[in-house]
Amino acid sequence: MATTDGTLALGPGVDAPVRPMGVFARPGSTPGWRGWITTVDHKRIGIMYGAAALFFFLIGGVEALLIRLQLAAPEGKVLSADLYNQVYTMHGTTMIFLVVMPIGASFMNYLLPLQVGARDVAFPRMNALSFWVFLAGGIVLNSAWLLGGGADGGWFNYAPNNGVMFSPTHGIDFWNMGLIITGISSLVGAVNLIVTVLNLRAPGMTLMRMPVFVWMSLVTQFMLLFAIPVLTSAQFLLLFDRLFGARFFDVSQGADPLLWQHLFWIFGHPEVYIMILPAFGLISEMIPVFARKPIFGYPFMVFSGIAIGFMGWGVWAHHMFASGMGPISVAAFSVATMFIAVPTGVKILNWLATMWGGKLRFDTPLLYSVGLVTMFTIGGLSGVTHAVSPADTQQTDTYYIVAHFHYVLFGGALFGFVGGWYFWWPKVFGYKLSEFHGKVNFWILMVGFNLTFGPMHILGLQGMPRRTYTYRDNYGFNFWNLVATIGAVIIGISFLYFFWIIWKSWKDAKAANAVLSGDPWDARGLEWMIPCPAPAHNFDVTPTVTRLDDFWHRKYAEDESGRLIRVAETADVSMKGDGTGVHLPSPSYWPIVLASGLPFIGWGLIFNLWFCLLGGLIVITGIYGWVMEPADDPEAGHGHEDDHPSDSDDSSAAAEVAAPEEAALVD
Amino acid sequence: MSVDANTVTLDHGAGAHPTDKLFIKTAVLLAVVTAVEVAWSYLPWQDWGDSRALYFAEVGGLLAMMAFKFFVVASVFMHLKFDRKILTGVFYFGVVIAVVVYLAVLSTFHFFTGGGSVLPH
Amino acid sequence: MASADHTDHGLVTSTGVSNEKLGMWVFLGSECLLFGGLISSFLLYKNRSGTSSLHERPHDLYDLAFTSISSFVLLMSSLTMVLAVSAIQRGELRNTRVWLGVTALLGSIFISGQVYEFKEFLNAGYGFTHSPAWSAFFALTGFHGVHVSLGIVMLLSAIGLTLTGRIGRGQAESVEIVGLYWHFVDVVWVIIFTVVYLIK
Repeated sequence: MATTDGTLALGPGVDAPVRPMGVFARPGSTPGWRGWITTVDHKRIGIMYGAAALFFFLIGGVEALLIRLQLAAPEGKVLSADLYNQVYTMHGTTMIFLVVMPIGASFMNYLLPLQVGARDVAFPRMNALSFWVFLAGGIVLNSAWLLGGGADGGWFNYAPNNGVMFSPTHGIDFWNMGLIITGISSLVGAVNLIVTVLNLRAPGMTLMRMPVFVWMSLVTQFMLLFAIPVLTSAQFLLLFDRLFGARFFDVSQGADPLLWQHLFWIFGHPEVYIMILPAFGLISEMIPVFARKPIFGYPFMVFSGIAIGFMGWGVWAHHMFASGMGPISVAAFSVATMFIAVPTGVKILNWLATMWGGKLRFDTPLLYSVGLVTMFTIGGLSGVTHAVSPADTQQTDTYYIVAHFHYVLFGGALFGFVGGWYFWWPKVFGYKLSEFHGKVNFWILMVGFNLTFGPMHILGLQGMPRRTYTYRDNYGFNFWNLVATIGAVIIGISFLYFFWIIWKSWKDAKAANAVLSGDPWDARGLEWMIPCPAPAHNFDVTPTVTRLDDFWHRKYAEDESGRLIRVAETADVSMKGDGTGVHLPSPSYWPIVLASGLPFIGWGLIFNLWFCLLGGLIVITGIYGWVMEPADDPEAGHGHEDDHPSDSDDSSAAAEVAAPEEAALVD
Repeated sequence: MSVDANTVTLDHGAGAHPTDKLFIKTAVLLAVVTAVEVAWSYLPWQDWGDSRALYFAEVGGLLAMMAFKFFVVASVFMHLKFDRKILTGVFYFGVVIAVVVYLAVLSTFHFFTGGGSVLPH
Repeated sequence: MASADHTDHGLVTSTGVSNEKLGMWVFLGSECLLFGGLISSFLLYKNRSGTSSLHERPHDLYDLAFTSISSFVLLMSSLTMVLAVSAIQRGELRNTRVWLGVTALLGSIFISGQVYEFKEFLNAGYGFTHSPAWSAFFALTGFHGVHVSLGIVMLLSAIGLTLTGRIGRGQAESVEIVGLYWHFVDVVWVIIFTVVYLIK
């Protein structure tokens, strides 16, 4: 097994002392909370993304429960009409931008470097920056609740309803600033992860040997890269309109509110795939492990993902069939939307074929994966009915649409994420979540989910409109609304149960005090070659890859009749977690400093421009501190390649090969 | 995106390196095209009638020269011609998506058939 | 399979391009969509100059000769930029500083021209808040101006870093990356100049 040699094998290095340069010394490896805020380790950043997303998930979940309590019975009195508008707008915005996207980012941050066999991401400091900027955006968005109320125009905030005239509070300004800031975070993250996947693959890891999750993440990041600036440009126009009196959406001066709708949905539809593709990637990793078979039709899996990535750009106007675009536009987008169901269907068939004939082990991650496949299929089918524009004009703005997108985003993305948590938890934290409780939790969530969103199909077809804060007694909506509310409470309980499971499993693991093997699931990816929890330096030596699922093939081979035979013990082909001589990028203060200036710019634009000056000074300090602080290489400034004063970062590839050179210099 | 599958060492474009002479020639070419562009827009197109063909010649000529300049700057000054193809790939991927998507948007507003240019009253 | 022989630079990546350069190109791909949105908004709105008695459209007020000259200045700054890059690749630090300085100067002339143009329009009564057409005009050209200004700051920072010795021949690529950004801002103006100014 070529794990100990290979061209990227590391020589014995030394822990070099950091040479301070004035005030710009880099922090060393600090324990405790300071270690977390200065970290540039992709694994810690992944964990922080997940933790922050779960915190926002609680906020979004409370908002969801408020909506369902208001609608549990006719003429509900829980929320006023105005507050209801704010709550559903903030629920959608929070769940999309602060929950589903960052959970995806959390998995990608943690897993991409491990799955491609890299030491870290391409730009470790920018990785930290993208997390802190995301957190800053989330804080600005939610600070609206304390500073005068949230946005109230729906997560899309259509023009001209988003103008000052129709939404005079600052809610939409907070929405605008918050999402511009999280957009910066997504853009930084996209550049970073794209470069990581393209540039930092281990020797032999060709594109067609990358795990499906890596492929889906790459497609996702390219979609983010191109979709985010469209939203940002639209939001800048809105910002100028609302705060500085521009006329982009002023209909009285001849503006066209459809411009906003187009720009929003050019972003908004790729966004849908940005949310679901990471989950598709996760279950493509989990299903083969529990079926003990390779993924069926790997190239089809990859190319259908790429096809979704391209076609996702040509379907946005199906959100606007009722806007009067004209028959040619409607027909074109209708056909395109039907076509995009094809690559998605290919994926579903491939998952089924992977499971077909496999020795299925129904552990919790597989339950959630199957949950995704089934629930997403239901949501996908109702989605195809929207593609038919005459049907859509009946369905649009009804609860049928609400049912559809919760089936694809909750039943799809979130089921995949929860399954992923059960699967990768041991790799991240070093203990398994309880299998028994996990299965019980799955069924509770499954029942609650279907009770909540299944009835919305019926309500929608009965004509119950979305975004309306109440309904009359004799409309015939009472029964299914009550069912949906009961379901929502069950979902709430199932997540409280999930948090309890985390705590309980941690306590049990601590009591048992057993050391977990690096490969508790008998899995396939490179990340299972290293101990649980993953050591800070990832791989002891960079692995050399010769095929898809390389780690699996190091453990197993097939005999003539195609049966699996074990060729090596897991421990013999795994790494010991010995990081001697590995040179890691040093932590840095500047990402969090730079990010902390952005909320002040956001609040300053809304309240008082002096705050902008303060925020701007913090940001500039952050940038110059970033540029001036020494690179982690102690020989920096002596003509080494990795002392770039550009606004980018030192690559871990540079760090990898710098180590032997240093050793040579010291010796 | 076709990426060279093997791990390759950085070469910083050594070998096929463009010379300063090429850059100066390119700049002269760009200056000439810019002069033609400006002159083109000053031509008395209205005096020659208002047929569709003339309109397409005026606007099409300007757009063609614009695209040419864009391409030359990207290829020569930004080294795309001398660099690895992956860079051309990621950049033109963005250019093509932008052009296609925004042309589609303007089409839905009937921009190219006159609707977009009409005052609302 | 994977044969990676280390050169004197010692950097190894899967594509053969450094992370920084690939990252900059990926970012520039993304910028196309940002400017595309602003250009499309302008095209959609360019004739919608409001309902007041002052209803001239942006292209009724252009001074084409003036803008042609400032466009030419910006175009030529691409030449000086590329000369700076090739100077630092040969290790000629003094020439690098001269060319970077000339590039920044040409960029500043362009920005001054833009400020002058904006002032002329404001004096004529057409500001950012006048109408959709003028909002779109100022947003598009203003966004571009901010990009140029950031580029000038980057150029000046690069000059400073060559003076302190933090950029030398070994870091030629960081100047090249600043150059990529500069050229991109320049080609965006190539498009704006034609689409916004020349085509009526």
